[in-house]
Amino acid sequence: MSMLKVENLGITFGGLHAVENLNLEIEKNELYGLIGPNGAGKTTVFNMLTGVYKPTTGKFWLDGEELTGRSSIEINRKGIARTFQNIRLFGNMTVAENVLVGLNNQMRYGLASSFLRLPGFFKEERDYSKRADELLAVFDLYDERDTLASNLPYGKQRKLEIARALATSPRLLLLDEPAAGMNPNETAELMNTIRFVREKFDMTILLIEHDMRLVMGICERVTVLNFGTELASGETSKALNDPAVVKAYLGD
Amino acid sequence: MQMLISTLIDGLNLGSVYALVALGYSMVYGIAKMLNFAHGDVIMVGIYSIFVCLNMNSLPVPVTMLICVAVCAVLGFTVEKLAYKPLRGSPSLSVLITAIGVSYLLQNLALLFFKSERRFLQNFLQLGSIQIGSFELPVISLVIWGTTLVIMIVLNLLIKYTSMGRAMLAVSEDKGAAQLMGVNVNRTISITFVIGSALAGVAAILYAAKYQNVDPYTGSVFGIKAFAAAVFGGIGSIPGAMIGGLSLGLIEALTIGFLPESLSAVSDGIAYALLVLMLILKPSGLLGKKKVEKV
Repeated sequence: MSMLKVENLGITFGGLHAVENLNLEIEKNELYGLIGPNGAGKTTVFNMLTGVYKPTTGKFWLDGEELTGRSSIEINRKGIARTFQNIRLFGNMTVAENVLVGLNNQMRYGLASSFLRLPGFFKEERDYSKRADELLAVFDLYDERDTLASNLPYGKQRKLEIARALATSPRLLLLDEPAAGMNPNETAELMNTIRFVREKFDMTILLIEHDMRLVMGICERVTVLNFGTELASGETSKALNDPAVVKAYLGD
Repeated sequence: MQMLISTLIDGLNLGSVYALVALGYSMVYGIAKMLNFAHGDVIMVGIYSIFVCLNMNSLPVPVTMLICVAVCAVLGFTVEKLAYKPLRGSPSLSVLITAIGVSYLLQNLALLFFKSERRFLQNFLQLGSIQIGSFELPVISLVIWGTTLVIMIVLNLLIKYTSMGRAMLAVSEDKGAAQLMGVNVNRTISITFVIGSALAGVAAILYAAKYQNVDPYTGSVFGIKAFAAAVFGGIGSIPGAMIGGLSLGLIEALTIGFLPESLSAVSDGIAYALLVLMLILKPSGLLGKKKVEKV
């Protein structure tokens, strides 16, 4: 069974068909790219898959379970996490706290035990703090754990967003233009990070990206969108050489 | 000297209660991004609940205090669920107007049930005073300061070191992102209202102990001042609410105590003039964060 299955997904804003009849099937542990010119509707797809928008048509399933129309929180708890095109970290919280927010929904202690400072509270806080540290170490952010997120350099903020999303223990990770604003060195490092995340966490990853080198470098398959409809999909190199795709990017 | 000290004590008493109320305004503003103008009226309801327990039913004082805090917390929770939650995502002006509406509703309900005359409590928390040298310090002052201090410390710890606190901080920064990270935004906002209103309940107890009376408008006058204190300290900041509340209390007490008789009637005006001056110099309040708009 595929990890993510999307069937005829579409959304209309007023009279505008932002996305129409999108079909996707992403296998477990696959690295899949969603690409297309600006305004093609890529982020809109992410917003539907994470419950920010309710799709007007179509359905999608995570690992066989239908999640169409569920709320963002439910979808996150079922196992879809994401990062944002424009970084949306909690800037006034520390690096470690950002990851701990991601771990929040797995914590079990209630309000009462935190008010009363019961032993269970301390133990659980310690356990989660340790898990956050481990996650930060993986992303080479441990030394900055007490830095405010907004004070991190740009590349590290991107990494922290990925770490925070992984903290919610997803099965499918959505990365929205992870390489936006990065220089070639940072992009190369990011590619390694993404590969590493897939290996280490046995993760299925769907990413939106404009940087073609990154897409060619790591995505096994892609779907190309233009004006909300699918132009081509399949193996990365084949799909990118499809005449319709070349035309959309370069014109006639 | 004697005069100065007793004025300062008065100011600190008043300021501590302002601080507790300002805290409620500040937390709700910081997390739900709304000005809950009914917050002051929650205090009024709290004091009436003391009146009902003590004067009409002669319940023991500790029970009365518990009931007062519980009534306020439940009221805050209910108001948020019924009046504010349906407006989540609407323009902030709509929510503001709703809050003003709730404020009038609570006042009018109090008018309906208790009439407009001022009611006096029967010896609620009359604790006498202790002698320090030649000076008499009312015990209630110690209780007020101690309570406020403990609440501030506990609240800071809760916010800094618990998952609930982190959820609150996350929601205050970016509701959307918090939701996508699995934080239950509605529940977090509910909890914030319950805590803020419970603090209003504590403030109601302290206010009642100090002044021993209540009328339907007690809360709104007091609430507006506490709101000013929250803005003065930097709305959204917990230490800011504390400092803002204490400053306003001290300024008010000092203007009443030391201005010539003819001016004491306008002491509020003078206190506010000072606040306005302060805000001109530092618009985001004493501890408020300066927002730099990036272009």
